[in-house]
Amino acid sequence: MNRFALPIALFALLVVVLAIGIKHSPEKGIIASPLIGKPAPQFSLPSLTDGARTVSTTSLRGRWYLLNVWGSWCGTCREEHNMLLEVRQSGIVPLIGLDWKDDDAQALSWLQQLGNPYEVVAVDREGRTAIDWGVYAAPESFLVNPQGIVVYKCMGELTHEIWEREILPRLPKQQTAKS
Amino acid sequence: MTCRVIPAATVRRRARRKGLVACLIPLGAILLGAAAYAIDPTELPDPVLQQRYLALTHELRCVQCQNEAIADSPAGIASDLRREVRDMLLAGKSDDDVRNFMLARYGDFVLFRPRFAPKTAWVWLTPGILLVIGAFVAWRIVRARTALVPLDNEPLEEDFRR
Repeated sequence: MNRFALPIALFALLVVVLAIGIKHSPEKGIIASPLIGKPAPQFSLPSLTDGARTVSTTSLRGRWYLLNVWGSWCGTCREEHNMLLEVRQSGIVPLIGLDWKDDDAQALSWLQQLGNPYEVVAVDREGRTAIDWGVYAAPESFLVNPQGIVVYKCMGELTHEIWEREILPRLPKQQTAKS
Repeated sequence: MTCRVIPAATVRRRARRKGLVACLIPLGAILLGAAAYAIDPTELPDPVLQQRYLALTHELRCVQCQNEAIADSPAGIASDLRREVRDMLLAGKSDDDVRNFMLARYGDFVLFRPRFAPKTAWVWLTPGILLVIGAFVAWRIVRARTALVPLDNEPLEEDFRR
């Protein structure tokens, strides 16, 4: 055997391993959700706008929805807000808000000032529901299908690009035709 | 009147020493302060539970500030996860219950010591495979060298005899 064969083979292996590492480096900070393909975690929480009402996953069954985790303390949520308003405008999929570890009064004034893109907002003051959903930094958005299965998770800001590349293709044709 | 002339170098040295002392005082204060300031003040009523709590919170990764354990992180989500661990232990759950709870929500990444599963097998097997390859290469080199020794030695011994 050529005495260079082994070193060259090891070098090639190293190149492949490092190439894979570099290729995936932009997503290193993103933790793949183990929730994809699994039933959405159940919750039953008070509504932000109407304290007497509760928002629960059982009442959301039977239709597509996008659960958006936000908080008035979250800077990126502000950047994302206009996109959310556009989604509401399009009427393609209802946005359900999960107000995460927030102050109710501040959350309400946020919606008053910036506009309310949500059909309904569930209040998670303690952050326990967010943990059930594997949330670790707002904003996060989960696309849930009518069977209550989490289909996709968007980490961070929901951009036009993600909306078009990841969300729209996952929705059924008749749903996206609404616009 | 005599005027003691102090060499400029000495002045500089003294100034430097003063500067050093001035730096050390706040540094010492910071270090002492760090020891007194704990991120996690949780105390469980039972020392055994407290021990398990400490072990678990050091084993679980803070998902937001990814290279810290939840025990060491000041992030809000870390304190929320510590609260979950505490409540589960107080409710009589086992260490594995806590680990599985975190795994189901945050995935394998959350464990600093990953479990052995098809997806994480390479993490555990690669060092062993590399060790075997290394041992094989070392064995080949040693064998090649021992084969050379008699050939090398013979002419040498003849040189001595002469």
